[in-house]
Amino acid sequence: MNLEQANGSKAAGTNEMVHAEKIVKSFGHLTVLNGVDLCVKRGQVVVIIGPSGSGKTTLLRCINHLEKIDSGRIYIDGQLVGYREVNGRVVEDKEAAVAHMRSQVGFVFQRFNLFPHLTALENVIEAPVHVLHQPKAEATERAMELLRKVGLEEKAYVYPHRLSGGQQQRVAIARALAMNPKLMLFDEATSALDPELVGEVLKVMDQLAKEGMTMIVVTHEMGFAREAADEVIFMDHAVIVEQGPPEQIFDHAENERTRSFLGMIL
Amino acid sequence: MFRWDIVWQFLFSGFIFQAAWTTLWISVVSQLCGVIIGLFLALMRMSRFPILSGLARAYIWFFRGSPLLVQVLLLWDGLPRLVPSLLLPGWAVVVIAFSLNEGAYMAEITRAGITSVDPGQMEAAKSLGMRYALAMRRIVLPQAARVIVPPLGNEFNNMLKTTSIASVIGLEELTGTAEIFGSPTFTIFELLIVATFYYLLLTTLWGFVQSWIENRLNPDRLTKADLKERKSWSERMIGFGSRTGAGGGTLVSGR
Repeated sequence: MNLEQANGSKAAGTNEMVHAEKIVKSFGHLTVLNGVDLCVKRGQVVVIIGPSGSGKTTLLRCINHLEKIDSGRIYIDGQLVGYREVNGRVVEDKEAAVAHMRSQVGFVFQRFNLFPHLTALENVIEAPVHVLHQPKAEATERAMELLRKVGLEEKAYVYPHRLSGGQQQRVAIARALAMNPKLMLFDEATSALDPELVGEVLKVMDQLAKEGMTMIVVTHEMGFAREAADEVIFMDHAVIVEQGPPEQIFDHAENERTRSFLGMIL
Repeated sequence: MFRWDIVWQFLFSGFIFQAAWTTLWISVVSQLCGVIIGLFLALMRMSRFPILSGLARAYIWFFRGSPLLVQVLLLWDGLPRLVPSLLLPGWAVVVIAFSLNEGAYMAEITRAGITSVDPGQMEAAKSLGMRYALAMRRIVLPQAARVIVPPLGNEFNNMLKTTSIASVIGLEELTGTAEIFGSPTFTIFELLIVATFYYLLLTTLWGFVQSWIENRLNPDRLTKADLKERKSWSERMIGFGSRTGAGGGTLVSGR
């Protein structure tokens, strides 16, 4: 604990995986996050729901520093994200430190973003080999295991454009898992899929949740939220409006905006 | 009177082989240097630091805005005046001028290639813990290459012929050699025909090399096994068809 504190990290509550305080982020005049607090415990699955433009995707992107925040602080596993504290002042972190932090956080994109010039297998081993410097044979063995886990072992040598959207997204999940992340972020992972392909991706996510992976999931899949979430967060107009266990949010929402949003989509 | 015998005599002569070789190596070396200069200029140009992008802009502005011939002459005549001790041989002046000039054109081509890659690719690479340089090298540039190679092929084709400018400072490449042997005997026309033959030979060979490179860069290049497996005419001839189906869209997004 003391050592960690000396390193400028936040040691309070060691079972906190993500701790965000008063996050403010704007694009030009548009405030997308207006003082958002978030706390995700180790092993917890947090699902963020809300209308488009409510800031949920931006919040997720801020957590692994794909977007810079204007003010506030984000900690992952006790470490400040994207910045360093030097004598009480916050300065921007070095590229290497940000990259190291990101290597421990898996991110799954709405548009998959598989590398089209690499096969499914090559997509999965790319970062383990070139970022973690794992031997190729070892990385390949682990990658095949992960592809088996997402049910795509036989597609290992296929290029992404020959895979369906659902298959691509499952490869993308395997690619993120290959880094052995301690946290997984899902940004509308099923929104770009044809309806009949949504299930196969949700199944993989559900399995991950059951295995105890810490996950923050931005989604419009209310069924998944109800089943897999430990906590549901409803965001609207750049703030968290309401949060609680799924039963509370879906069946006994206190806030009028939450009720009307759920009324529209359920 | 047109002297076919002169054409035949020179077509397979050592002088012309030597000249064609000079044309070829000057082109290859200048193009390679141009590609490297262009890559760094493109990255500078896209940098978020205004000094770097400004420098790149100024460089491109100058080298694209003035004639190559003038640039060669500036180096040839001007450099010894500025630095009298620096007497570069003709080939060095030519290679330097061509490389610097080509760098400016390659910068714009490379920049177009890099911008054509979906920004999501860089984000995905970063999200996996890659740093900018690694992500560029492993993820973005290999994809940009597919967009860069066709215009690069054009550039190199041009380069093979532009080397003729080197004849003005007395370099014995194809055009220079044709003039040297043709002028005293009034057979310059015959010699230029010979030179033309070699220019066409070189550019044609390059065309084959280019197709080969483009094919190598196609992630979905057809192996023999694929051709056997594929049935539909459209798939076989133009690479896509009914069976490519749902996933087809990503190739476009990844370009």
